[in-house]
Amino acid sequence: MSAVLQQTNTGLDVDRIRRDFPILTQPVRGGRPLVYLDNAATTQKPRQVIDRIVRYYTEENANVHRGVHYLSETATDSYEKARTTVKRFINARDEKEIVFTRGTTEGINLVAQSWGRKNVGAGDEIVITAIEHHSNIVPWQMLCEEKGARLRIAPVNDSGEVMLDEFEKLLTNRTKIVSFGHASNALGTINPIRKMIALAHAAGAITLIDGAQGVPHLHVDVRDLDCDFYAFSAHKVYGPTGTGVLYGKESILDAMPPWQGGGDMILSVSFEKTTYNALPYKFEAGTPNIEGVIGLAAALDYVSSIGIDAIAAHEQDLLHYATKGLLEIDGLRIIGTAAEKASVISFVLEGVHPHDIGTILDEQGIAVRTGHHCAQPLMLRFNVPATGRASFAMYNTRDEADALIAGLHKVIEVFR
Amino acid sequence: MSDLRELYQQVILDHNKNPRNFHELPNATKAVDGYNPLCGDHYKIYVEVDGDTIKDIGFTGNGCAISKASASVMSSSLKGKSTAEAHQLFDVFHKLVTGEPGSLSTAELGRLAAFSGVSEFPARVKCATLAWHTLNSALEGDKETVSTE
Repeated sequence: MSAVLQQTNTGLDVDRIRRDFPILTQPVRGGRPLVYLDNAATTQKPRQVIDRIVRYYTEENANVHRGVHYLSETATDSYEKARTTVKRFINARDEKEIVFTRGTTEGINLVAQSWGRKNVGAGDEIVITAIEHHSNIVPWQMLCEEKGARLRIAPVNDSGEVMLDEFEKLLTNRTKIVSFGHASNALGTINPIRKMIALAHAAGAITLIDGAQGVPHLHVDVRDLDCDFYAFSAHKVYGPTGTGVLYGKESILDAMPPWQGGGDMILSVSFEKTTYNALPYKFEAGTPNIEGVIGLAAALDYVSSIGIDAIAAHEQDLLHYATKGLLEIDGLRIIGTAAEKASVISFVLEGVHPHDIGTILDEQGIAVRTGHHCAQPLMLRFNVPATGRASFAMYNTRDEADALIAGLHKVIEVFR
Repeated sequence: MSDLRELYQQVILDHNKNPRNFHELPNATKAVDGYNPLCGDHYKIYVEVDGDTIKDIGFTGNGCAISKASASVMSSSLKGKSTAEAHQLFDVFHKLVTGEPGSLSTAELGRLAAFSGVSEFPARVKCATLAWHTLNSALEGDKETVSTE
């Protein structure tokens, strides 16, 4: 790798950003520089997040919402300030609309199990799209099976874009909820979610956005989008694993029954009757992932300090630069060529299975994901058993895109 | 890169490109599906067993170079062998790819020795053993589908 990093022309000081991520300087596989291009699986964490978690355990650790003592007050204060940080970050109306979860998957399951079991019945329909992650398929299948409801799938075209006319046709007075990704983890496709939300509302359905790949790359304003639910994970946006957020409109959350029972979600308990706590605590049973939530707030503060628009511009530059370079490789085909894409490139190489590509790139210090990306129906749609996937984050560089391309030439050399 | 050359030895690359016995068996006495759900590898292994003898083996499906070459080498190594010999060879092969001390020399291993590099890549052991596990089930006759998970 050259000493002077090639800068993108987007004004982002990538050199400085990279210094915030200690793991990026760690050599791998016998001293090779790490080229981390598996950001759609999880992002690396900046020192600001790591230090914040250390400070929490060093100075603030206690259980939240309980004690009258100093530490408990401090921990509760940090935990609730994090809720305000999240609220501002996605422009929710009120802290009550921010429920902390274990991640996107738990957020979707919460809605399916609480809202869904109450509001979806036999003969009703749930609409998703053909490019969903398993976590936005299986919870709805489980609900449909239990209730005798039907799961309808909006198809995608050969570029991996949802066919809006077909999507619209699926929306009827039987449609109860429409759930789709902000951006596809497997293809990168950015869905026109504002329009899709409006179409679903026009049919009288409510909407859930799987924002796992949205929040890291795109400006999210839940009020402007007018979505009813928006779920995302901390670890995909430079925060810790095991923590996520479910945003829900207050009126809808309020009418929903609790999902899990336990401590923190109650006002009073007797063996005769339990009174549930107010929002958002009704949905936060048990001691939460306090360090995770505080780490998430630090991650969102970090992203805000750099600016999501500047990050997006940098990632788009990398996307286009890498796409152009990859397409020059003989026999390489990109799966997912939507006009609007997040910085995710799924590809197949003629005559070489993605698993072998992954091993040979790894040996050169390059981390990509290979496999079905938890989207098996999508792999079937494009008639590939698996793909290789390179996904870029704010700290990646054009040099790293070049390393990926050189790495793929090495793959071809091994298999020639 | 030396480890990579160890993993992707010429025998493996050759069997991946030109897999042997890569077809269904019309007279199969048993056919079993083998899956690796983590990477999507899927093979169907066909065997024709006469008494104790494996008269013929074929396979179809697809997956990575390691898994395909392994199915190919396995099929050509076991044709005409007894089922007891097949079990014994599976044991030897398993030790080879997991890096356990084996009981055979490189010469005795023959083409199977091409998989000696796999032990340096723990993530790939399942690729190398998928066809063998599937065949094992076909010979024992207890399952229609095998999964690595």
